[in-house]
Amino acid sequence: MDRFLDTFFAPQVFARYLPEVLAAVWTTLWLGIVVIVAGIALGLLLACLRAARRWWLTLPIVIFADMLRALPPLVLILLIYFGLPGLGITLSGPLVLILVLTAVLAAFAEEIFWAGLTALPKGQWEAGRATGLSFTQVLVRIALPQAVRMGIPSLVNRSLAITKMTALGSVIGVKEILAVSSSAQAVSGSATPLTLAAIAYLAIFLPAVVLARWLERRFTWKV
Amino acid sequence: MTPMLEVAALEKRFGDTTVLRNINLKVGRGELVFVIGPSGSGKSTMLRCCNRLEEPTSGSILIDGKNIMNALSKNLNTLRLQTGMVFQGFHLYPHMSVVRNVMLAQTLAMKRGKAEAKARAMDMLDRVGLAHKADAMPTELSGGQQQRVAIARALALDPKVMLFDEPTSALDPELVGSVLKVMKDLKAQGMTMLVVSHEMGFAREAADRVVFMDGGVVVEQGPPEAIFGNPQHERTRAFLSRVSSH
Repeated sequence: MDRFLDTFFAPQVFARYLPEVLAAVWTTLWLGIVVIVAGIALGLLLACLRAARRWWLTLPIVIFADMLRALPPLVLILLIYFGLPGLGITLSGPLVLILVLTAVLAAFAEEIFWAGLTALPKGQWEAGRATGLSFTQVLVRIALPQAVRMGIPSLVNRSLAITKMTALGSVIGVKEILAVSSSAQAVSGSATPLTLAAIAYLAIFLPAVVLARWLERRFTWKV
Repeated sequence: MTPMLEVAALEKRFGDTTVLRNINLKVGRGELVFVIGPSGSGKSTMLRCCNRLEEPTSGSILIDGKNIMNALSKNLNTLRLQTGMVFQGFHLYPHMSVVRNVMLAQTLAMKRGKAEAKARAMDMLDRVGLAHKADAMPTELSGGQQQRVAIARALALDPKVMLFDEPTSALDPELVGSVLKVMKDLKAQGMTMLVVSHEMGFAREAADRVVFMDGGVVVEQGPPEAIFGNPQHERTRAFLSRVSSH
């Protein structure tokens, strides 16, 4: 028992690395928020463009969405972080992480919004158009609000998943929770910093999950 | 006087199949014209051509003497304000309250102010007997109530013609009467209406003219007493006997 506590909960190691991990929590949080906002916004935009049903818009969007959903994000992160400097383009670790995760979330979000739009009964469009509304007006005022509500549970899950993927930043030197605590683990020789990391992730994600449940309840309506 | 709605030489093809062939019909001001016929006869397609929800292959649609087939897509939105359409499936917007359903196109397509649109919406809801449901959500209403809200939503745009596409087909029998009553009131107030429906009793009682369609053509048309009492064509007789045997 002592050995267990000493390995995972050594108090002096705990105290020594707490400030660093707390700083890393902040990094993870802002990375997550930036990625969620940008990814969902981009996904929404792509779904709207796809709704116009022009093949020269649909084709690149579908290719983008399928590629980014198929590729492991880590592969993209390494490719861009270590590959682009060969072309003379050097991007910082956080920027690469934001770009890749935003693109991945956008790909999933686009598919979620698109699924919502196609699940909408055709009559909703016809009712709108028959009352003299333009395509854009029907899309923005009638179709999207319903598609978004249908997509909220999936969007919430995807957003949580993508925020957890900020841990991939640890391989390209982004000082987020996992990177800081695993280097602390290497230096101290104790697993306690990793325990700290687990607690930090719980502190972020448990409230997020509760908030997500509330969002889902708030935005669904009886049909 | 020019008819309020005139369909002339209307043709509609889907690929190789012709679903409407040389349709000609007129709806005079304040008239209620009923379109009957077996399913697949093209009557709903014909109705949907009248506001170009369905794009006719050729022919013309004149509303108040103006051919809407010449309109480009931008003007089409404005032209559609002249025709109010009521669907079999109601199609209220489920994410908006009843009154906002009736206000939406007023503010977006007609550019009415919010207060004016709301006042107008309340007037129309009152006309269909549902002013007390203004703040309800559509899913809280019965089918008959939803359809009456849909009628109010169309009326709020001051249309010249109302198009009804099987307005009572999706309703429980006991709810049909409330919708037909609203339609009768509209007729009494002078609204021009083109109605696709299977409500033969209502057609007999309220229609000025009945049009029988089968296989994409108008087989015959005339006053209800002639069509129901003394049909000239074998196809009409066969259809009417099938319907009345139910």
